[in-house]
Amino acid sequence: MKIIILGAGQVGSSLAESLVSEENDITVVDLDSDRLKALQDQFDLRTVVGSAAQPKTLVAAGIEDADMLIAVTASDETNLVACRVAATLFNTPTRIARLRANDYLEHSEMLADCFAVTNAISPENIVTGTIEKLIEFPEALQVLEFAEGRVSMVAVRAFKGGPLVQHPLKDLKQHMPNVDVTVPAIFRQGKPLTPEPDTVVQPGDEVFCLAASNHIRQVMSELRRMDKPVKRVMIAGGGNIGMRLAKAIEKTHDVKIIEFSKRRAELLAQELNRSLVLHGDATDEDLLYNEHVDETDMFLALTNDDENNIMSCLLAKRMGARRTVALINRKAYADLMQGGQIDIAISPAQATIGTLLAYVRRGDVVAVHSLRRGAAEAIEIIAHGDSKSSKVVGRAINSINLPKGASIAALVRGNQAIIAHDETVLEADDHVILFVANRKMIPKVEKLFALSAGFF
Amino acid sequence: MYRLAPVLNVLCVVVMIFSVSLLFPLGWSLGLADGIARVYLEAMAASLLLGAAGWVSTRKYKRELTPRDGFLLVALVWTVIPAFATLPLMLHLKTLSFTDAYFETVSGLTTTGATVLVGLDKLPGSLNIWRGLLVWLGGMGVVVLAVAILPLLGVGGSQIYKAETPGPMKDAKLTPRIAETAKGLWLVYLLITIACLLSLKAGGMPTWTDAFVHTFSIMGLGGFSSHDDSFGFFQSATLDWIAVVFMLIASFNFALHFLAFKKRSLRPHWQDPEARAFIVVITVSCLMLSGYLVLAGTYPDYWTALRYGTFNIVSIASTTGLATTDYAQWPIFVPICMLFLSCFATCAGSTGGGIKMIRALLLLKQAKRELIRIIHPQAVVPVKLQGQVIENNVIFSVLAFMLMYGGTIIGMTLLLTATGLDVITSITAVVACINNMGPGLNQVGPATTFAVLTDFQTWICTAAMLLGRLELFTLIVIFTPAFWRK
Repeated sequence: MKIIILGAGQVGSSLAESLVSEENDITVVDLDSDRLKALQDQFDLRTVVGSAAQPKTLVAAGIEDADMLIAVTASDETNLVACRVAATLFNTPTRIARLRANDYLEHSEMLADCFAVTNAISPENIVTGTIEKLIEFPEALQVLEFAEGRVSMVAVRAFKGGPLVQHPLKDLKQHMPNVDVTVPAIFRQGKPLTPEPDTVVQPGDEVFCLAASNHIRQVMSELRRMDKPVKRVMIAGGGNIGMRLAKAIEKTHDVKIIEFSKRRAELLAQELNRSLVLHGDATDEDLLYNEHVDETDMFLALTNDDENNIMSCLLAKRMGARRTVALINRKAYADLMQGGQIDIAISPAQATIGTLLAYVRRGDVVAVHSLRRGAAEAIEIIAHGDSKSSKVVGRAINSINLPKGASIAALVRGNQAIIAHDETVLEADDHVILFVANRKMIPKVEKLFALSAGFF
Repeated sequence: MYRLAPVLNVLCVVVMIFSVSLLFPLGWSLGLADGIARVYLEAMAASLLLGAAGWVSTRKYKRELTPRDGFLLVALVWTVIPAFATLPLMLHLKTLSFTDAYFETVSGLTTTGATVLVGLDKLPGSLNIWRGLLVWLGGMGVVVLAVAILPLLGVGGSQIYKAETPGPMKDAKLTPRIAETAKGLWLVYLLITIACLLSLKAGGMPTWTDAFVHTFSIMGLGGFSSHDDSFGFFQSATLDWIAVVFMLIASFNFALHFLAFKKRSLRPHWQDPEARAFIVVITVSCLMLSGYLVLAGTYPDYWTALRYGTFNIVSIASTTGLATTDYAQWPIFVPICMLFLSCFATCAGSTGGGIKMIRALLLLKQAKRELIRIIHPQAVVPVKLQGQVIENNVIFSVLAFMLMYGGTIIGMTLLLTATGLDVITSITAVVACINNMGPGLNQVGPATTFAVLTDFQTWICTAAMLLGRLELFTLIVIFTPAFWRK
């Protein structure tokens, strides 16, 4: 596929990185030639320097025969105009715009009619949603939803004290006879294992479990002792994400939000009704001490400064915060910090990329979630065709020729969620949830689900 | 002279317009043939002549008025008009002193309702109508004063209405704004008055005179009655409940009524935090205090207690001052509660008095903010009303207003006790007057009148009524040297 990415910022760069490895022709457009050069040195892609919304630049980037335009520049307006230009002058089939202002997103008919945006995404909304899930399931490292929330996948770190720890996976069935659950992957010291029924779960393993959403809490309790539900939340940084999160959870949680800028703090105090807005520095230990960080259930560092987020989380953890979550843009930092003093590192770019990938993938892909910051992926894909035209429909799961490391975790048929077993037979229009341990296998999986030519 | 003359010019116009309102009791007098029509003619001629003379002599000083002139004009209107209003009373009741007559008319025009007259039932009907009309006209003035003029002058935190009142009062220039606003508000005031009048008559008021006087009283939240027994004269539960409903209606901000009429929905009332607080406070007080009256054995059953309790509590809390019974005989806890309610229950922009619910709300929120600040020194806690942040200078205004209010009550109570009045009478008389409510307790209780007071005491009460009506600052600012400095 020929894809043009406008903007080489955090999201643009990570997206380029993800897509390059999947046999796509990528062109990245940005005003900053240094940044483009860095990208070009690293990956096999083309770059064009220029203003992203101008037809001249777009032509230089090869818009005339591009399949997709992804506008992720820093400016909402540039993104909107670029989509409009691509639609009017070049008839580009798919036009995706990243929008930060919620106001635009609330008028979806305007986006489609005036600006010809086929898909609008908002990283801040996605990140806020991710964090909300983590507050709901504080024990999880990651919570992903499929099939409109009917099925969830969680990543949990196994700890001593969980009933399943130091037992083989097949014991799950005995522990919870009523709960259907599969374990598509286990990561031990950062390396993926293919789980077999006899695999013994070790403390420290990162275990991925998939089950119906209402069973998730029970499943997690197998792997670690459950904490009290999160009640007291402290948020460092009242930017867009911090404010949106506070607004979303302030009715059900005690929220304290720390903001460095006086003016912004006043705005927050005006917008938020129950949250306590504090004006100060989140790395100021006196402030944290006075505000009883030791009694907070979850400390979230959500400023746009990686170093600040890391430092305030380390400080909060040292002072007794039960769980710390940091927003970390740099991949290197995130890998460095997660699992140590910082319980969860969220990368906004990675959280966003899944949504974008769903539009890029061949086949009828509903959702894509990056796991472990892009190393692995969980995909929800719809199986089409019949037993003649498709390589998957009408076959039992154990007879499907999946690449090694990829596994089918669950199906959603109509309203019903079915946890996959070896003998489960796929039907047409099933939503199939796949776990892919390594991104390199994605094209093979796509090919598997594609219809053969004979169908037409 | 340069400062005073242009204001006097406008004042004279107001006097002339006011004298026209004497036509109403004049017509009434002719209709009833109570034989005092001449009194109104004389009074009207005198005020028209004086007004015209004043207008002609100050005409050459005429100019655009500044906000500072606004203070002066408002204060003069509320002090000079009552003086002209005394004319029919003085001309008919030869024994009435100017002090008492002025007290009576100030009481009417400030919608207080405290009276010095005894034997109201024997007074000519048209004179009672005149007293009632004063209350009604006063209410009309108060509504515009509170919604359109005080916010402009920024008295006691009322500037929040400048920016925040939705609808017709938003962002407009002085003259068209006041004129437009006033027209809308008066129309609503008139419509509700007509509804009240018809309801009372249909509910069983024996004469139109009674119906008019009490309608005027209720709409202005004044409290003048055409009977010594006040509203208790009628002994009718139906009338009691009708009166309660209209007293409550008159206690809301008339700007809300205006919006409700325009939008044909009660949403403005429901969304307004002040109106909501008012309804909650009144409902809870009525239910609980009526229960207390049953427990204390004043009334045998809850429904009777609720009828008398609700009427008198609503009447006092809304600063009306009508009574259906001598509630001073109730256990002292209840009248004291009622007096306390009268200090803050009514909404700004109604015809009621006191510090107003909106200021009470802001004070509560300010107190809460201080408590949060003690626990969290770095917290940013704005005072919010309906999601809008209230500026600190508004809060300071309200605090200063409260200080002034408390100070005035204490000072005047001390003055009254110094003249030999007992403490309960002194303090309740001052509170009743400054809240424009009417009856106090003890010697000035609901079953008695203010006639027992000496001239000096009467003047203090008159001053208290004017101060309360003009929200203290409007009047006091005129007595500051800085006001007169060029």
